[in-house]
Amino acid sequence: MDSVKQSAALCLLRLYRTSSDLVPMGDWTSRVVHLLNDQHLGVVTAATSLITTLAQKNPEEFKTSVSLAVSRLSRIVTSASTDLQDYTYYFVPAPWLSVKLLRLLQCYPPPEDPAVRGRLTECLETILNKAQEPPKSKKVQHSNAKNAVLFEAISLIIHHDSEPNLLVRACNQLGQFLQHRETNLRYLALESMCTLASSEFSHEAVKTHIETVINALKTERDVSVRQRAVDLLYAMCDRSNAPQIVAEMLSYLETADYSIREEIVLKVAILAEKYAVDYTWYVDTILNLIRIAGDYVSEEVWYRVIQIVINRDDVQGYAAKTVFEALQAPACHENLVKVGGYILGEFGNLIAGDPRSSPLIQFNLLHSKFHLCSVPTRALLLSTYIKFVNLFPEVKPTIQDVLRSDSQLRNADVELQQRAVEYLRLSTVASTDILATVLEEMPPFPERESSILAKLKKKKGPSTVTDLEDTKRERSVDVNGGPEPAPASTSAMSTPSPSADLLGLGAAPPAPAGPPPSSGSGGLLVDVFSDSASAVAPLAPGSEDNFARFVCKNNGVLFENQLLQIGLKSEFRQNLGRMFIFYGNKTSTQFLNFTPTLICSDDLQPHLNLQTKPVDPTVEGGAQVQQVVNIECVSDFTEAPVLSIQFRYGGTFQNVSVQLPITLNKFFQPTEMASQDFFQRWKQLSNPQQEVQNIFKAKHPMDTEVTKAKIIGFGSALLEEVDPNPANFVGAGIIHTKTTQIGCLLRLEPNLQAQMYRLTLRTSKEAVSQRLCELLSAQF
Amino acid sequence: MSLALLLGCSYLVWVLQRPFLPGTPALLGSGFLWLSRRSSWKESIRFILIQNRAGKTRLAKWYMQFDDDEKQKLIEEVHAVVTVRDAKHTNFVEFRNFKIIYRRYAGLYFCICVDVNDNNLAYLEAIHNFVEVLNEYFHNVCELDLVFNFYKVYTVVDEMFLAGEIRETSQTKVLKQLLMLQSLE
Repeated sequence: MDSVKQSAALCLLRLYRTSSDLVPMGDWTSRVVHLLNDQHLGVVTAATSLITTLAQKNPEEFKTSVSLAVSRLSRIVTSASTDLQDYTYYFVPAPWLSVKLLRLLQCYPPPEDPAVRGRLTECLETILNKAQEPPKSKKVQHSNAKNAVLFEAISLIIHHDSEPNLLVRACNQLGQFLQHRETNLRYLALESMCTLASSEFSHEAVKTHIETVINALKTERDVSVRQRAVDLLYAMCDRSNAPQIVAEMLSYLETADYSIREEIVLKVAILAEKYAVDYTWYVDTILNLIRIAGDYVSEEVWYRVIQIVINRDDVQGYAAKTVFEALQAPACHENLVKVGGYILGEFGNLIAGDPRSSPLIQFNLLHSKFHLCSVPTRALLLSTYIKFVNLFPEVKPTIQDVLRSDSQLRNADVELQQRAVEYLRLSTVASTDILATVLEEMPPFPERESSILAKLKKKKGPSTVTDLEDTKRERSVDVNGGPEPAPASTSAMSTPSPSADLLGLGAAPPAPAGPPPSSGSGGLLVDVFSDSASAVAPLAPGSEDNFARFVCKNNGVLFENQLLQIGLKSEFRQNLGRMFIFYGNKTSTQFLNFTPTLICSDDLQPHLNLQTKPVDPTVEGGAQVQQVVNIECVSDFTEAPVLSIQFRYGGTFQNVSVQLPITLNKFFQPTEMASQDFFQRWKQLSNPQQEVQNIFKAKHPMDTEVTKAKIIGFGSALLEEVDPNPANFVGAGIIHTKTTQIGCLLRLEPNLQAQMYRLTLRTSKEAVSQRLCELLSAQF
Repeated sequence: MSLALLLGCSYLVWVLQRPFLPGTPALLGSGFLWLSRRSSWKESIRFILIQNRAGKTRLAKWYMQFDDDEKQKLIEEVHAVVTVRDAKHTNFVEFRNFKIIYRRYAGLYFCICVDVNDNNLAYLEAIHNFVEVLNEYFHNVCELDLVFNFYKVYTVVDEMFLAGEIRETSQTKVLKQLLMLQSLE
């Protein structure tokens, strides 16, 4: 009997996971919760799993389970080793059940009832105490089971985050594990401590272990353990230990695994910026970063350093000097050349006084790297050269010679050629005043959220470390703006506050591609991407053509841009139809909050019924998701529904709208009929309102076969030998709607000499004739 | 005769060994099979595998829907990840967007694939618990027992794990049930 209960509980769980609405929770709640009191611990184990999942969806309903779980747990934990005979595993009482109960408790906040709360705290303390006691058995199974319960308890303590002494104790226990013999325990301790570091109560306690963690970073043999150590260092970093931690991370970076380098680079960049008291340190750190792991330094990182240097006057001279020195190294990374080129272009004058960094020397230094660089870097360097022309008139002839050389003026790359030609002209033609205005120093960038964080979040996905960032930021006070969980940013530009942290909240649109060439007059940087999650975007360009294409066919690609491809496959029967919409993610990054919505205008609403199921809001890179739309034609209609898709790609909102090609002719059923019948009906529909005629110029070549195919594709039956003129096309069919059926007859008369058509449509309803005529005329 | 010899060669004595400790990590890049797209739940077992060192699968219990070719691919990947690890590695590996908790017993790798939030040590010991039950049931179990009585092994799995959750942990109760089922045959 008990065995049946166990299996039944888990079966119910499985069913619930498949379709949660099938399970009638209201009446069964008390029965399910009651299972927690069962004598048979196997039943309790199964029931706990069930309740945990149910409670995640309906926490209110299962609140009663909390007190039962707490009492059960405390009975287990405090039981003597002779109780629970069957369920004691290597001297640990019911370890798996304890773990499950603790997991259940993590679905809820700390219990309000003081009695329950007290009991729970006692329980947790007992678990922590037991960890300190000498082990009852030398076997690893005993310690693993005991520690399984311990780690879950610590997880609960962290989740509740309300008892400082428990947190501190947990932290100390983990600290002990950091130096344990077993690698498993060290790994788990590092992982747990990472989450502990975000809690304000235990943050200080965590920091005390910094030396151990740094040691682990240097000596661990398992890379995943080292990785956890890096994560922990990142989590425990604050103003007091930032320089030390950044230094350690940099030295680790030199030997790190290639797959994790980019992440470490981003973390170092974020930390350096966040905790930089002295911005010269920040500049040094970033330049070091580029030197050590240049390939993995993404665009966002070096844009950021340039933004900061430009915004802070005090560090400009230092930056110029450091960059100059760094460039003198025999082999520098291209990113360094980019940063160096830009900074010298802007601030080279600050070090020009020193004879070792005179303008000519600066120029030669940059130019020596010129031919080693890729096209975007060279473009940047050309901009730097023209800035030099403005800053240092004495090097003007040298630079002009360079620009004049064939390798620039006739360069295969259009961008380089253009720049060379324009800059050369600018330098020859413009007077010094104009030159000075055009090439004025870049104004400070508006303070905006750092895109590096967004990039890190994207890289890591929904993992503990980036969530940690969120909670950390929610608690930190000295950041501009109010707490706002990323990525729900509503405005890209926050008001400039010069001395505040540049690192803000939320995901920002990435800086425009490449620092803009200074040939534009100094204006604010304009957001390349609009960040507003506004209502339906205007219809995507080109959607009109695609729409027309779909009138006579049911399958194909409806819309395509660089990010998204929308394909359609539809089938119709009488007044019903089904359309499969395929959304393909053409990029390698996932789309988040992917929401396609079908919009029927008010006029269209009563005539067309659309039903669809929601789509998974995350579309992975390169993946394709499918959406089924069930269509019912209630009565005839003229407009088409609009498919509006919104999603987040990278840090930006995307909004795409296309018209969905559900047209009246889709519900057209062909009807064969003989010539007499046709003409009989034709005469019947002789009412002037019922006929619509259109004479129009042919847009496509007038090919008989193609025309026939289009008419058939339109949905009408093509009737042969009905019209006395064999060149004419005659068709008949019935439009099926829920309310009525409308017979339609059509005749298409081509005039090959004039390249024109005359289309006549007769149906029993004027609006239908009108619409069908419109649709069909567009096809030819 | 030659078959017996062949089998004799692959006869393995079953020794319950101490767990091997950490090794090289294998952070697999996210493959094209994004496993979580099919499930919206977050804490349970995804599959259980028993493989030998050569890569032959002795047991594969799936708690999530996969196509046959996806299953094959997963099996190969798990094998590739787990066999390169040795004593200095942890018993936990990140695998796509899940993690694998494994332990090696003689020539067999017992792998449980769970969600990233799950309790590692609990599942590690669940593996050991399971192995101890097998040991009792088959009286000093070895790989051959699993090969010849694979249907019984699945029965044991189903007694202890169901719907991706741990079902029964008491060895006595499980064995009692198994013996009862056996007597029905």
